[in-house]
Amino acid sequence: MSFKIASSPHGHSQHSTSSMMRWVCYALVPGVLIQSYFFGFGVWFQIVLAVITALLAESACIIARDRPAMSALRDNTALVTAILLAISIPPLAPWWIIVIGTLFAIVVVKHVYGGMGQNLFNPAMAGYVLLLVSFPVQMTNWLPPSTIGEHSLTLWQTLHTILFEYTPAGYSVEQLRAGIDGVTMATPLDAIKTGLTQGFTLTEIYDKPQFSFLAGAGWQWVNLGFLIGGLLLIQQRIISWHIPVGVIAGLCVPAFFAYLFAPDLMAGPIVHALSGATMLGAFFIATDPVSAATSNRGRVVFGLLIGLLVFIIRSWGGYPDGVAFAVLLANMCVPIIDRYTRPTVYGHGERK
Amino acid sequence: MSHSDNNTIYVSSNVSGHFPGGIHPPERKAPACNNSIRSLPLPDELILPVRQHIGPSGNLLVEPGQRVDKGQQLTEASLSLGLPLHAPTSGIIHAIEERPTAHASGLPELAIVIKPDGEDRWGNKHTIPDYREVEVSRLLELIQQAGIAGLGGAGFPTAQKLAQQKPLRHLIINGVECEPYIAADDGLMQAYADDIVAGVKILQYITHCDSVLFAIENNKPKAIDAILAAIGDDSQIALKVVPTKYPSGGEKQLIELLTGEQVPSGKLPMDIGFLMQNVGTAYAVKRAIIHGEPLLERVVTMTGDAIAKKRNVWALLGTPIEHLLKESGFTAQTKQRVIMGGPMMGFTLPSIEVPVIKTTNCVLAPTEEELPAPGPELACIRCGACADACPATLQPQQLQLLAKAKDYDALDEQNLFDCIECGACAYVCPSEIPLVHYYRKAKAEIRNIAREKAKAEHARQRFEARQERLEREKQERLERHRKAAEARKKTQAEKAETPSSDSKEKPESGGKSAAVAAAIARAKAKKAAQAQKADEENSSAKGNES
Ligand code: SF4
Ligand code: SF4
Repeated sequence: MSFKIASSPHGHSQHSTSSMMRWVCYALVPGVLIQSYFFGFGVWFQIVLAVITALLAESACIIARDRPAMSALRDNTALVTAILLAISIPPLAPWWIIVIGTLFAIVVVKHVYGGMGQNLFNPAMAGYVLLLVSFPVQMTNWLPPSTIGEHSLTLWQTLHTILFEYTPAGYSVEQLRAGIDGVTMATPLDAIKTGLTQGFTLTEIYDKPQFSFLAGAGWQWVNLGFLIGGLLLIQQRIISWHIPVGVIAGLCVPAFFAYLFAPDLMAGPIVHALSGATMLGAFFIATDPVSAATSNRGRVVFGLLIGLLVFIIRSWGGYPDGVAFAVLLANMCVPIIDRYTRPTVYGHGERK
Repeated sequence: MSHSDNNTIYVSSNVSGHFPGGIHPPERKAPACNNSIRSLPLPDELILPVRQHIGPSGNLLVEPGQRVDKGQQLTEASLSLGLPLHAPTSGIIHAIEERPTAHASGLPELAIVIKPDGEDRWGNKHTIPDYREVEVSRLLELIQQAGIAGLGGAGFPTAQKLAQQKPLRHLIINGVECEPYIAADDGLMQAYADDIVAGVKILQYITHCDSVLFAIENNKPKAIDAILAAIGDDSQIALKVVPTKYPSGGEKQLIELLTGEQVPSGKLPMDIGFLMQNVGTAYAVKRAIIHGEPLLERVVTMTGDAIAKKRNVWALLGTPIEHLLKESGFTAQTKQRVIMGGPMMGFTLPSIEVPVIKTTNCVLAPTEEELPAPGPELACIRCGACADACPATLQPQQLQLLAKAKDYDALDEQNLFDCIECGACAYVCPSEIPLVHYYRKAKAEIRNIAREKAKAEHARQRFEARQERLEREKQERLERHRKAAEARKKTQAEKAETPSSDSKEKPESGGKSAAVAAAIARAKAKKAAQAQKADEENSSAKGNES
């Protein structure tokens, strides 16, 4: 009789990398549903396009690098990258935007750095930033949420717009945004940014239709959707609470004090927390384990840093949101954070 | 199962410390710990590796063909670290030969093979009804002669551990048994609580320690009840119920759990005033001292879904695992693993002919559904789950990267050697990276390098010692010559004193110049001969050319 030789431990917990990534996809569902309710079917087309591109790119890279294709594809990480990028860009962005972004994220940010587990930067956010600096017009073309916008596109109109950059009736996205009164509807964070530079006070800005009772119309619900998904991930122990709490605290605490000092000029903590990509960033993007800090103390520091950077960029930077930049900047600091937050090893307490 | 859950709530923990990390794998102890400990029929042969503990093996006292009684000594400990071996039952020495042994490598080792005669006939026993009348040094000797090694883990000779003379703050009795499946100590505590506590008191007498912390995990309510009853109103023994978490039973983790203190890296618990003994060891000490019985058998948990009768058994040392499996209704599955020890730290056996040794606490034969073999190793995603689980607060993901890169200096800097190989990190790793495997390999490599270095150093020292010796000998020779020359001079001077004083100079200088002249002549002749030879060679070479 011959017996199988294996190294201990001989058991394993339920979590596998692929199941963790699958959970991340499930947890995105509430946010994506809400997003498609307010911003149309576009988000679904973007997701489909991104996923197809990502899987093809991933396969090509794995074949080119001579790796076992199946086990690498099964880890579902490319899937998550694709979805995160797809839901970050405007739903009506032309099809080549998401294709370029996904290709860049998978091929350059992930595989050029050595593939799964080796990337220094969050692939989705690096892809996003590339798109933002290369195609600023397409990347900021958000339609107002359906509740306040005049147009809600049908499935066919949406597809037509993504493929050909105008609706079957011949309107461009820019024209749709402008609406009949000719006033372009900016996203809430945009509106704050431009409104303040034009000398409006926040109270005046908040009177605009983009804002409703908590933060931005539509946006606040999307953020709450991602918050729910994020809490699910924590409950399932897919992510730990340290990074999201760090991000939210790093953003809201300074925002709170700034608001106390200059309530007319500084958006309050609730507006910050529930607009833009705050919750998506805090729970789904900053928590990408590969490019985040590893120890719990490190994770808190990493999260705080992201939150603080988001606050700074939003308040004084050139971009209305800043989550993507903040995450990438914090990624760069990870080695040093890891170095200084490494816990003391058992039995080495007295040293130093 | 639900039964143990209820009781987990019922027994609250009363420890103040805690250690970081740790995991909660499914316990799966119920089938084994709900029965009493069974005795099994004698096997056809008993295989006793002569070396079962840390340290060198003893000298053989028996030879093939010889008849032995139960408890008869088979080997004699040669050095202070060695332990003697005894015949677990009466029978005939069948052979003394190399047999596969219960070691991860499965390499054969010298073993004494006994064919039992079925009579189980005891030889002489030296019982000591009242150990308090005996000197501690004599008790230590008896424990040593009974062949007792720590029954919990590494099998360190118990007398050796007890003999270290350092002031103790606490004697810790480890009844935690935190590995899933294993219930050997649990069973022992339930059935032999009085003997264990009696053993603890002997240990207390030996170590002069007036504070005993008896630790049991809170998932063993029956054992807790039994031990509590056995302790009675002895105020020196405190029962400490620790929360169920793996690896609470690790020596260092248990100390941190009970006292909040950490054993400094590279030190022993003894150095900070703690001594830990396993409950099985306490039991064996009691048998040895009071009943005069050497360590001949131990409790082994037979478990895993490939085994029909999951239970605790009394197994004579040397019993082939095959025998235990057969008696327990074992059906091998395809891709069967047979693990000695628990799922977290046990090792798979290359063959089931290997015997039970002093540290064998469990034989686990799982089915594939029960403990699925790990899937393919994926890339590390730096999720940090491993670091969260590590009780030693190491950074397993870093260690793994460094081990793969063979960066041994960095591994050392990140304290690889503080890893206790508990396997918690590999258990939680979602990418199913066999982390512990990499650490073991790296540790072995580093040890090898150190050994090579030590060897080189040794060789260097030997070389230098030789050089020194040669130099010394040379000096001595020169000195001898000088002395001889001086002596000669002196006698010559004495001789010369008898003729005239100026004739003394002449023959010496004349002798000197004559010798020089002769040497010059010799050198000239040699040169001439060489020149002639070269000429001849030249001409012959030319001849060849033409
Ligand atoms: S648990 Fe595994 S995948 Fe996660 S950081 Fe540790 S080694 Fe990497
Ligand atoms: S095996 Fe080593 S590194 Fe892994 S959890 Fe245990 S002590 Fe930590």
